[in-house]
This record gives sequence, structure tokens and C-alpha cells, in this order.
Amino acid sequence: MIVASDLGKRYPGGFEALAGVSFTIEAGRMVFITGHSGAGKTTLIKLVASIERPTAGSLVVNGQNLAALRRSVIPYVRRHIGMVFQDQKLLFDRNALDNVLLPLQITGLGRRESVRRAQAALDKVGLLARAKAMPVALSGGEQQRLAIARAVVNRPALLVADEPTGNLDADSADEVLELFAEFNRVGVTVILATHEPRRIERYRPQLLVLDHGRLAA
Amino acid sequence: MTAWLHQHRAALGRALRRLLQTPFVTLLSLLVIGIALTLPATGYVLLSGLGEVSRNVSGSPQISVFMAVDASRKEVAEIEGRLRRAAPDAWRFVPKEDALKRLQASEGMAEIVAALPRNPLPDAFVVEPANAAPEALEVLRKELAGWPKVAHVQLDSAWVKRLDAFLRLGRLALWVLAGIFSVGLVAATFNIIRLQVMAQAAEIEVARMIGATDAFIRRPFYYYGTLQGALGGLLGAAFAAGIVALLRGPAGELAALYGGSFALPGPDGGVVAALAGAGALLGWIGARLSVGLSLRRID
Repeated sequence: MIVASDLGKRYPGGFEALAGVSFTIEAGRMVFITGHSGAGKTTLIKLVASIERPTAGSLVVNGQNLAALRRSVIPYVRRHIGMVFQDQKLLFDRNALDNVLLPLQITGLGRRESVRRAQAALDKVGLLARAKAMPVALSGGEQQRLAIARAVVNRPALLVADEPTGNLDADSADEVLELFAEFNRVGVTVILATHEPRRIERYRPQLLVLDHGRLAA
Repeated sequence: MTAWLHQHRAALGRALRRLLQTPFVTLLSLLVIGIALTLPATGYVLLSGLGEVSRNVSGSPQISVFMAVDASRKEVAEIEGRLRRAAPDAWRFVPKEDALKRLQASEGMAEIVAALPRNPLPDAFVVEPANAAPEALEVLRKELAGWPKVAHVQLDSAWVKRLDAFLRLGRLALWVLAGIFSVGLVAATFNIIRLQVMAQAAEIEVARMIGATDAFIRRPFYYYGTLQGALGGLLGAAFAAGIVALLRGPAGELAALYGGSFALPGPDGGVVAALAGAGALLGWIGARLSVGLSLRRID
């Protein structure tokens, strides 16, 4: 499903975040990207989610080489990838349901069908009862689950998350990890970046360990 | 196709919601746009009212031919004969006695006329020429002035020509004014939309990262600018109608003083539609320029 070969990312100014990274991820796997702070985890996540573009090598996701995409195609590629951001990027001027509706508005789905699917997504992350709540009224764990609901509402085959448990207490972190595992169990490929790979062994994940922008294992 | 329609309806809905969410800001923006359009709109309505007057009058230009006061009956008859041969469209003779009677009938003139030792008025002819072109009128005027015992020839359409020239000048000034205010309107919309884009930077960023196209992001702002411009145009039309209504009374009185009647018409449906349309177009242009520049900064 994902094939990276000799992947590199150099930011303007010369900082090389990734270099010579090659790996293959089969569809339906659960993958953890680990490594020290600044090792390039976030960069790799952003490349896979087509939020940033590689500066070297190739990265093929769903049969498309993200390094060679035309700018006008990128939005449509992003719609097929569920993305959970490190800082969640929830919109605080609207309630939980409207946050989850945003991806469906972008694809132009009808209002009634959109609401039905958004409610289903909220139900799946256990937030249906809080659909009318504003994000500020949600706990950290609930906010993270809301971000996940927004990422999966388009039913992507690939779910990508950057430090989804970073700011959570142990219990909430376990809940969130378990949620990703559930999506993985129904066939969604899940890629998570984390700098604290605790309690992940039970998911028997594929591990990508980054060290100073290079793949260590 | 359905998705496209859904997206447009959603964008229109979002634009409307944004307009309603900040009613005070919206009202102020509409005032700015409305006032910018009021002056050209009022000017247009007033000028077309005046144009109507000149068109009605200039339909029948007249030449008044005044005989010398001491002209005899025979000399008057000679002119009458010449007029018959010249065959204008129509002409009539106004004997000096009739002219005096009419003067007496005028308010406040009776006593003055009674105090006169003799009739100071000359005999006169009022001629309606067959050819109303300004050049032809001028030729005819010169010819008439050359006839014997004709003291003075007055081209009654002279003031119509002056009014016409004034109207042409007014219309030109109006277009210049409208051009300047249009630029102002585009600039105002530009700024309003720029603030909107800044205020929604977070939403724009998120929407982009989860697959929004540029068109999706721009659309609500275009609708916003267009709607705002159209509403501002309607407000401008309302202002213009109000001003014209205020002027109608005094204008009627003024016309009455000159012995005429002059009903100043308000902006009609076409003018209202044109104002709303112009506002919408200018608002759209402002939004387009603004969104293009502002989004480049967010990128």
C-alpha cells in the first residue's frame, strides 16, 4: 500500500529532516513510527498524508507517487487519507458534530447523509452524546477522539496520526490507542508516530524507528 | 454535479451565516457600500428626470418674431405673407393687444399695465419650424431677422440647448464619480474580505489539510462579497429614493415658479436592479482580488 524508496525531505534553509528512507507497508498493517524528538517522525507523517512534499526519492501511496503529484490533485489525495494532527486542529467556533461534518462538506456530500455519517463516526469514538458540545467543553481525551472521528468520517483506507497520545494521561492514551487498533481490526491501515512506545507491543505493530532523519530499524 | 451543487449551496449558506453572525459589522459594511453608491445613483435619477423635461420641451422648438413697435398693419401683413410662402410647420400671429391682455392677466402686472400711457408691446409671430435641427433653426432665425421691420427674433429652444449641454456635462461628471466610487467600493470589499480571511485562518488551514480545494475555500468569500455588494446596492437605491423624495416637494415648487410642472421620478425597477447588480459585480471583484492575495499570504 505504501512504498517509500530513498525518501528525503530537505526544508528551505537546508535542514535535512529525512534522508534515504526506504520501507514498505502492507495494506491493513498497524505501524508505529518511533524515535527521539526531532528524529523526523512528524515529517514522515506529513509526507505520507501529502501535507508536505518529498524533496528526494519517491513515496507511493495507494498507487500514486506523492513526490510527483500536480498541485491541483493534492486535495483529492488528502481526502482518501484520514489525518489526526498532533495539536488536533479542531475548530473551536463550532460544536463536535460540525467539526466532524467539515470533511463531508469538502467532498460535497448532501446535508442529511453527512449528518448521518458524522453521527456514526461520533458514535464509533464514543462521543455521540456530546455531539452538540463545543470542543472547549471536552476533555483532552475526548478532543483527541473527536479529531479521530473527523479523520475517519470519510472512511479512508489509511489513517495517519501524529503523537495522538502525546498530551494524554495513561488511561486516555490507552483508550485512544485501542480506538486506532479497532479501526485497524476492520482493515484500515494505521500509521502512528509516537516518541513513547509504551504498551504498543500487544498490537504487534510494524516498527519504523527513526534516528536523525534516517531509518534505524 | 450534485456534489458541485451541494458545495455551492453550502458556500452560499456559509456566506449568509457569516453576514448574519456579525450584524453590526455587516450593517457598517453595507452602509459604506450603500453610501458610496448613493451619490452616483441620486445623480443619475435627478439627471434622467431633467433629461425627461428637456426631451418633452425640445420636441417643439419655437421661434418668436417680434415686429418693431412702430410697424404698421401693412408691414405686419407683408411678414405674414412671407411666412405663408416660407411654409413653416405652423405659425400664429399674436397681436400686440392680445399680448397686453395676457400681460395684464399675470399676477401683479395689472396695475403696472394700467399705469402705462400706451401699449409698449410689439406685434409678434410664433413660428414652429418644419426642420427642428439646431443648424436649420439658426439659418431660419437669421433669415427672419433680415426681414423688414422685424426688430428681434428669439430662438426659444436656446435654453433647451443650454440644459442639454448642462445635462451632458452632468452625465460625464456622474460617470467619473461612479468610477471613483466603484474603485472605493472594490477597495472597501477587499479590506472586509481580507479581515474575514484572517479571522478564518484556522478553518482554512484545517480544511486545506483534509482535502479542501482552493475553489472550496474561496467560494464562501466570493458569495460573501457578492451578497454584500448587492445588499449595499439595494441600500444605495433606498437612500437615493429617499433623497429624491425629499427633493420632490421643493423641485415641484421651483417648477411652479417658472410656470411649469415637474414631477421628479424616483429610481425605477431598472435602476434598483442595476445598482444591486453593480454592487454585486464590484463586491465580487473585491472579494476575488482580496482572497487571491490573502490566501497567498496564508500558504
